[in-house]
Amino acid sequence: MATAAKKASRVKADAKSTSAIKTPPPLEFSKDEEHKAYRDMLLIRRFEEKAGQLYGMGFIGGFCHLYIGQEAVVTGMQMALKDGDQVITGYRDHGHMLATGMTARGVMAELTGRRSGYSRGKGGSMHMFSKEKNFYGGHGIVGGQVSLGTGLAFANRYRGNDNVSLVYFGDGAANQGQVYESFNMAALWKLPSIYIIENNRYAMGTSVARASAQTDFSHRGASFNIPGIQVDGMDVRAVKAAGDMAVEWARAGNGPMILEMQTYRYRGHSMSDPAKYRSKDEVQKMRSEHDPIEQVKARLVEKKWATEDELKAIDKEVREIVADSAEFAQNDPEPDASELYTDILL
Amino acid sequence: MPIEILMPALSPTMEEGNLAKWLKNEGDKVVAGDVIAEIETDKATMEVEAVDEGTIGKILIAAGTEGVKVNTPIAVLLEEGESADDVGKASKPAKSSDEPEQAADAAGGKDKQATEEPSAKKDGASVPAAPNTDVAADPDIPAGTEMVPTTVREALRDAMAEEMRRDDNVFIMGEEVAEYQGAYKITQGLLQEFGDRRVVDTPITEHGFAGVGVGAAMAGLKPIVEFMTFNFAMQAIDHLVNSAAKTLYMAGGQMGAPIVFRGPNGAAARVGAQHSQCYAAWYGHIPGLKVVMPYTAADAKGLLKAAIRDPNPVVFLENEILYGQTFDVPKMNDFVLPIGKARVHKTGKDATIVSFGIGMTYAVKAAEQLAGEGVDVEIIDLRTIRPIDIDTVVESVKKTNRLVTVEEGFPQSSVGEHVASQVMQRAFDHLDAPIITVAGKDVPMPYAANLEKLALPSVAEVVEAVKAVTYKA
Repeated sequence: MATAAKKASRVKADAKSTSAIKTPPPLEFSKDEEHKAYRDMLLIRRFEEKAGQLYGMGFIGGFCHLYIGQEAVVTGMQMALKDGDQVITGYRDHGHMLATGMTARGVMAELTGRRSGYSRGKGGSMHMFSKEKNFYGGHGIVGGQVSLGTGLAFANRYRGNDNVSLVYFGDGAANQGQVYESFNMAALWKLPSIYIIENNRYAMGTSVARASAQTDFSHRGASFNIPGIQVDGMDVRAVKAAGDMAVEWARAGNGPMILEMQTYRYRGHSMSDPAKYRSKDEVQKMRSEHDPIEQVKARLVEKKWATEDELKAIDKEVREIVADSAEFAQNDPEPDASELYTDILL
Repeated sequence: MPIEILMPALSPTMEEGNLAKWLKNEGDKVVAGDVIAEIETDKATMEVEAVDEGTIGKILIAAGTEGVKVNTPIAVLLEEGESADDVGKASKPAKSSDEPEQAADAAGGKDKQATEEPSAKKDGASVPAAPNTDVAADPDIPAGTEMVPTTVREALRDAMAEEMRRDDNVFIMGEEVAEYQGAYKITQGLLQEFGDRRVVDTPITEHGFAGVGVGAAMAGLKPIVEFMTFNFAMQAIDHLVNSAAKTLYMAGGQMGAPIVFRGPNGAAARVGAQHSQCYAAWYGHIPGLKVVMPYTAADAKGLLKAAIRDPNPVVFLENEILYGQTFDVPKMNDFVLPIGKARVHKTGKDATIVSFGIGMTYAVKAAEQLAGEGVDVEIIDLRTIRPIDIDTVVESVKKTNRLVTVEEGFPQSSVGEHVASQVMQRAFDHLDAPIITVAGKDVPMPYAANLEKLALPSVAEVVEAVKAVTYKA
């Protein structure tokens, strides 16, 4: 299909330049960008902590996969997008939803299975959507979102618009067969899809080294000539720099790109995680040396872009949003029994 | 106000656990995320992290205590400016009024769940009934309408071409649909008319392109995904069931997948076990899908057009042997048939045969043979497997009092068994004989010509079944 935009771009696709694409250096953020990154990441962190707490209290049922530690990935990528770009991910999705601008109340109420949740209480933690915010889920089958997200990109090209589709999945999903079926079609048809592999080092309890023959996930598109880079997923500026490059590449009609985000999840795979597969020192080391939020905070203080009081005020505002969402999500009624049979067919 | 730290649950089924050890002492400062204690059950160990910043004011449950109930306060956290004297004023986190506290207990405590869901236990009738779906009747075909002899193959192609002319969002993708003109020539001429933007050859990658199709549908396009045969769709079935059928429900109605999955289904001839299977019962099982399986060319055309316009995911099951068969198709501007409505193929008074798709070929021949023997059979073509039109079947059974179902698929949990179950529940008093379900044999499809013939239902079996239910055997 020749309808895709072929406009001039500083990132041009050909066999040579595909392998020449290198990880860009972290961006220098403006004061506003640092503030935004700090606040957005903090909102995800506090929201997830509260979700964990509500889970422990029995308000949230089933599976609950927290995003704590990985906040820089969605926050940085979202800063690279424009209106109309789509986002799709797997089941560790709360952070993605908050990053796309979905309300804390709506997400939390879905976690508690209440009627004001984004899916009216019928989807739960792993299955949430927002047409308004171009968030296409929230998918519980590992790897399923990769084909679906490629389909979103297909629709963009079919319509001849310049929207791009961000397809998030983990190092575990990266070993699913349909991921490579999707890579092939995306490269073949030059679809505007960006594959963001959130490598948090563990697929449930199996470390990358124990599950993957090729542990450099940026190479996973090599057979399809899809360029890929490794990115420090704990540094929001590095994520944004890579995101800008990938989005420009895909938007210009060059096809897909793979961004391996090297990140880390502090919490267990889900709430019921035996935590026997990694050492506490490893977790503590990441937290104390690479925390994405602390990095921004340190820069804000160092550059005198925020006083302690200002940081406290941001923290207070975020806590209030989260507390409000938790309160709302506990008081909101469950769906009416009549909802059992709605939304099955149109 | 000081905050109570509660015994957390590791899973929704956990009721109590052991407080293995404290990692912080009274008087220690903590920030959010600090591990303060470890709890364990027989299944897992979990670290309890501080959610708020403050000072551990008092430890309420000593390390080593076993059988601590979920939601029991285990410590009190003092916030900035508070002292140990404030411990007694502690509040439970995120509970600012009595109302949420009750909700917390209801959601968290197992013994309270009875009060949370009394309706379901107390009174079965309060479970809402499944809604009745009204389906319109077939459109009137005006007297004098020209009937054009058409093959099922041409009818399917015409349906797609007409809908693609009508709506630019409709496109077809699949293996060999474009330049090859279709593995079974169903898409003949479509590439020439609509170009490669809308007639898309895919690699051999069923799982992937089924997902791409569903994703495009979620974005608002109306894909027709052709499977070279539905046998290959087993590689893709996750996207038909988990992605296409369930999204509307899981999204609370915000978005769904208006998509058609179509292609030949069931046994062809001598292609062996992996290429010869009927999926009517498989997909018929899934809420959120519509499942269509036409027999005649007119139904193929009218129902495929309806399927493409339908805002829901539709599985459209064709049959390779039927592709070349010719039927009359009314020459009308826009011939669309209702999904979910059975068609009385032939009226009769002595017994009812219910069938669909290629099963109809046995039913029709059996009826002809039985007519010669003085048995007047009514034939109902279901056309749609989901939503299934049991009303039409029940009406017929009330008249004939006898029922035989015919299909090529495997016998266990078949469409016929579902029909039999429904008729038993809704028209038991009208039945004068046990229902007989004629189906394929309970074996993988053999290759040898003689065995294959034995594995499929036969006209003779249908005749025999009708004689049995009419006590003429």
